[in-house]
Parts: sequence; structure tokens; C-alpha cells
Amino acid sequence: MNCAQVPNVDLAALYRDSGIGDVLAELDRDLVGLVPVKTRIREVAAHLLVERARASLGLAGGAPTLHMCFSGNPGTGKTTVALRMAEVLHRLGYIRRNHLVSVTRDDLVGQYIGHTAPKTREVLKRAMGGVLFIDEAYYLYRPENERDYGQEAIEILLQTMENQRDDLVVILAGYAARMEVFFESNPGFRSRIAHHITFPDYDDAELLDIAERMLATMHYRFDADSRRAFADYLALRTRQPNFANARSVRNALDRSRLRQANRLFATAMRGGAAIDAAALTLIAAADIRGSRVFAEPLAASDEAPVSSHATRAVPAPPG
Amino acid sequence: MRITQGTFSFLPELTDEEISLQIDYALRQGWACSVEYTDDPHPRNTYWEMWGMPMFDLHDAAGVLQEVKACRAARPQHYIKINAFDSVRGFETMRLSFIVNRPDDEPGFRLTRQDGVGRVQRYGLSGYAGDRPSGERYVSGR
Repeated sequence: MNCAQVPNVDLAALYRDSGIGDVLAELDRDLVGLVPVKTRIREVAAHLLVERARASLGLAGGAPTLHMCFSGNPGTGKTTVALRMAEVLHRLGYIRRNHLVSVTRDDLVGQYIGHTAPKTREVLKRAMGGVLFIDEAYYLYRPENERDYGQEAIEILLQTMENQRDDLVVILAGYAARMEVFFESNPGFRSRIAHHITFPDYDDAELLDIAERMLATMHYRFDADSRRAFADYLALRTRQPNFANARSVRNALDRSRLRQANRLFATAMRGGAAIDAAALTLIAAADIRGSRVFAEPLAASDEAPVSSHATRAVPAPPG
Repeated sequence: MRITQGTFSFLPELTDEEISLQIDYALRQGWACSVEYTDDPHPRNTYWEMWGMPMFDLHDAAGVLQEVKACRAARPQHYIKINAFDSVRGFETMRLSFIVNRPDDEPGFRLTRQDGVGRVQRYGLSGYAGDRPSGERYVSGR
């Protein structure tokens, strides 16, 4: 208490004590790319800190609104970031509890008249003190059916978002184009959400980085050859339709793991030597080049290089 | 006469902050909270009216407090209490119950005596407010 002195606040000390630096560093370390997202989180952190400093001098400005909307293409990390958001906001001291309730339309909208309101209220009550994450939020609103109960859920949601800002942070997530349509038909929603964060697509280098991190968590690894092979794979795959960023990378890696297992097994059946941990963890270039992505643009008749095994599940494309 | 039922009833009225701290405690123990109200606070009246369903899976007091406020707004001159239910096998009962709202004017209870067979005295309690029909019992004080 330094009421008698000239009131001042040491922001740097406040920053050190709050542990915000750790939160931001962790975020930087754990998430590849996503510059706009990190920038916004940093801004929010700074804002909360300044707000705390102002409050200590009696300059109450009211708690900032932190409802957010994450929009971006599939696999750009919207859900991952939302899950982290609860922790970040909790450590920043904005929400009271480090918990996140993740819901979709099914959890909010009822099946008959009078079912929706209690259902939505119950979900909101469960999320109080933490973060309510609504995935694929545009499904809440069904323009083709004017009697859809989604509208009722939206109204209750808006009311709570407005009246109980201290108790709840709502995060909406969805694909950019469809969220745009959703906001156009619910203008109240757009204005009540202070932070619209767009998740950019990853570039090839970032995708490769993501792939290596995913492998590390699964206790696999690339060698120089297979890293090059995966870079080639990404170059081809990103140009194909339905590319879902990190999710596609995960799927590609999962298929590579299958091919690796198949290769190790075939070698063992042919009377190969016992295998060690290094062999078990290595995704070889052949495991990646076995992908159909490499086979398709050639439209050639030959099968993918590795799959010499007789019981190969995927038949070669005819031609 | 101030009615003393449940936990904390000999203390001064709890503020909303104190109530939410108590709810937080109950939630931390894994108890589910519910809100009930009545205008018949006879000690033997175990079954108060339920204000909505018991609230399971909450993590924060704000949700329960929201229901308490809604109940107060709708029934300002009723007794309102919060119950915390422990579902652990072996307990399966209320672990905590306290009054969070009471009427402005509490007339209290009268001791009634009844002569039984052979001049046996039977004693009972009846609330002064209980003579009026339900819903009108505590409104006169306003």
C-alpha cells in the first residue's frame, strides 16, 4: 500500500511476478507458425497486465471482453489453440478456473420445444469460471429451417456473453467461409466478439516442422533421406484438393507408420536380423515414397516402390 | 423469531461472496448443488420445492449463484436454501445445506398443546405464518 506516496506501478515487476513471460514462451515453443494468433495473445496478455496496473491505481476500466472467434482452414490448429487458451487466460488471471468445456451444436440445441433453453443454460453453467469452446459454431444457425431451435440457443448464448462477461469466455471456431455466413445472419454475434482471429495456412517449412514434432511425440524420427522425401510429399500434397494442413500431415505420418511396420515385418519374415530401437523408430524414405500421392501424378502402372508385399491392401490404380 | 435451520444459521446473513466461497468448497469436494425454496419452514417439513434440477458437473460457483439470484428475484419473501449432495457410496446424502434467503418478517412458531387420553399432554409446533394459504404466508410484512 503506497497511497501516501506518488502512486506509480512497476509494469516490469508486475510482468515478472505474473509469470506471463513463461506462458508466452511456452506458446512460442509449442506452436509452429500461427504468427497472428501469437500476436493477438501477446496483445491480450499486455492488455490484461496494464489493466491490472490501472486497477491498482484505482483507474477501473472494467474487465475487457475476451470472447473470441477462431476462423481458418481445416487443420490450422484452431482447436489446439483453444485448448491452450483456457490455460493461458487462467495464468493471466482473467478466468478463475483452468477448465474448458468443449461443445458442438448437439450439446446446446434440444430436440423439441422447450428443450433447448434448459440445455443451453446447463452447458453455460458448467462452463462458468472458465472457457466455453463451441466447435463448428455455424451449425448453430440453420438458415434453411426457420423453426430451428438453434436460434433460441444463440439468443441465450448472446445474453450470457453480454451479462456475465466476468464469469465466462466464449470461443467460437469454424471454417472461415462458413463463419462469415454465420456472422452475417447473426450480426449481434459479430459485435459481441472482440477478437476475430484468422488462422493462416501453414507453409511447407512449417508443415515439415510440425511433422517432426508429431513424430517426436510418438517416438519416431526422420533421417536426412526421409526428411527430403517428406518435403517432396508435402510439395505434391499441398497442391492437391482437400489438403487439411496439420491434420493431413498427421494422417500421412500415420500411413507412413503403417508402411514402416509392414516393411519391418516383411524383412523379419524373410529371415532378417533382429531389429533394434533405431530401426523401430526410423521412418525411412521408402515408407514415405510409398504414398499414393507419389504414384498418382505419374499415372503410371507401376506400384509404389516399397509395396512388394503380396497382401497389399490398396490396389494399384488401373492404367 | 429468526429460524435457525441448516449450517451457518446462527451466523449473520452470508453475503453473496461468502455464499460463493461456500459453494466453491462444496464443488471442490465433488458435491452437486441444488436450490430449494419454501414458505413453510416447519422443522419437520423436509421437502422444500425444487428450484430447477440439481446441478451436476459444475466447476464454479457462478452457475449456482445465478440460480440463487433467479430464485430470489422470483420468490423474495420465501426461504431459499442451497443443498450440496454427496453421491459417494456410503454417503449418498446432503453433506451441506444452508439458508441463503429469508423473509423480512419471521413471526416464528407457537407451541400447541393437546389433551390426550388420561390427561396426557401432546406438544406440537405450528408457524404463525402457516395459517395462511401457501404463497401468502410472508407477504404481509412488506
